[in-house]
Amino acid sequence: MNREVIEKIRGSFSSEIISFYEDRDMPEFIVKRDALLRFVKFLKEESDIKMEQLTDITAVDWYKKKEERFEVVYHFYSYSLNHRLRVKVNLREDDVKIPSITDIFKGANWFERECYDMYGIIFLNHPDLRRILLYPEFVGHPLRKDYPIDRRQPLVKLRRTEERRERP
Amino acid sequence: MSDLKERVQEITINMGPSHPAMHGTIRLLVTLDGEKVVKCDTQIGYLHRAFEKMCEANVWQANFPYTDRLNYVSPLMNNVGYAQAVEKLIGIEIPERTKYIRTLLCELSRVADHLTCIAAASMELGAFTVFLYCMEGRDLIWDRIEELTGARVTPAYVRIGGLARDLPDGFNERVISILPRIEKVISDIDELLTNNPIFIDRTRNTGVISADDAIELGFTGPCLRSTGVKHDLRKKQPYLIYDRFDFDVPVGTNGDNYDRYMVRMEEMRQSIRIIRQVIKDIPRGKINIDNTMYILPQKDEVYKTIEGVVNHFKLIMDGIQVPAGEVYDATEAANGELGFYLVSDGGGKPVKCRVRSPSFALMQGLEKMVVGSYLADIIPTFGSINMIGGECDR
Repeated sequence: MNREVIEKIRGSFSSEIISFYEDRDMPEFIVKRDALLRFVKFLKEESDIKMEQLTDITAVDWYKKKEERFEVVYHFYSYSLNHRLRVKVNLREDDVKIPSITDIFKGANWFERECYDMYGIIFLNHPDLRRILLYPEFVGHPLRKDYPIDRRQPLVKLRRTEERRERP
Repeated sequence: MSDLKERVQEITINMGPSHPAMHGTIRLLVTLDGEKVVKCDTQIGYLHRAFEKMCEANVWQANFPYTDRLNYVSPLMNNVGYAQAVEKLIGIEIPERTKYIRTLLCELSRVADHLTCIAAASMELGAFTVFLYCMEGRDLIWDRIEELTGARVTPAYVRIGGLARDLPDGFNERVISILPRIEKVISDIDELLTNNPIFIDRTRNTGVISADDAIELGFTGPCLRSTGVKHDLRKKQPYLIYDRFDFDVPVGTNGDNYDRYMVRMEEMRQSIRIIRQVIKDIPRGKINIDNTMYILPQKDEVYKTIEGVVNHFKLIMDGIQVPAGEVYDATEAANGELGFYLVSDGGGKPVKCRVRSPSFALMQGLEKMVVGSYLADIIPTFGSINMIGGECDR
């Protein structure tokens, strides 16, 4: 990704971008939560950025290491221009809500579900926010750093098919 | 007519988690109107082993055996992907010979993976002969991998900054000698399936997905290329030494099951082409970097010198010290883009070790591919996607 494009992004969202960092693999933007949807839409639609694919969504837990505990990390890739970009949003522990980008990228659906499953981050306006890798009765969110690696989970009763379709 | 319409009742059936015609532990809750699929709720997670949590509890170099179990048909590719991401995070350059050996192993694994996919997919369509032929071809490769690493499917062979051991004597010649036999297997499959009317009926125009949908849903690898998008990370963002070799990237046109089969067939031939070029140019030299911060000292040194003992002990107990930072590194695995997103705080253990697995995104697209088609079309579609449970559920 060339300098002009980066400067253009920084110029268009000067007050929403908290920080910018040219990392060894790709440029990285930390944006405010309220601006996330507009920012992602901009990345997708602007003709010299053209982020066509959402590669990945995940989170990082900085338990007791940073004031804002969670970082939600988005990776984008542009097929036509062959460049990558990382976007981050910081979340406080007492307010783990973030708007869902499923309206912009359909492929975000499962990645957001997994992020909810593993970190308990609530994606607002997500069409189907339920656990994906774990089962509905699972207690807690295992990839949080305060979840002990050897914790046991309660046994679950046998369910009927119809019940299993319900949301947790 | 309207009365008739009302009497048709939608039914919901379970396919899986353990279904005789599907290879993989996955549950599909299929809502049917007659035989047409109205809705398909894909439920994954039956093979969830907490990969990321385990990685966070281990030192960096201890995670190789876990990566073996992601895509257990081509484990060496996962090894290489992880090692490459950590090396990028540290900022080390591996020796030339290692690059060649890694490329060779990646391409052998790709052939094995595609053979397995075609084997399983065609067996589910009733072509059991093809399955046996493919298994023969795959075992030729796995025998060589066993000779080199000591295990067929759990090699844990790659190391950060190098490899576990060098190639044994005569390995290259033995690899060259199995290539004609694999080519024979591929041409046998070709004769049995490519013009087979039963196979074509089941696969052509089923499980169709358009290029735009595929990109939007995060498809990568052969499934994306079958829609006509000419994208291969080996060409677009070359890693290892892929830019030195001559090979083509096959693409399909319709994005249906038949195209996915054809793309995989051609990719195997291209991989064999790469293997021949690699073996022709493979240089002599060392396989590990000269830095005992990352590579274990020689056994001789460990037994005879105090520095060697301390070095060995520190590496095993504290782990490799990876500088603070983060990196996303992607390689073209057999199913698509295998990405590792690593975060380090400067210690011996990862803060975060995320795997962006190709199968996860592909399974997300399954519903899009089967809704509106017949129940029986789920079987070839699922087969040609080649979901690997270990990689999808992690």
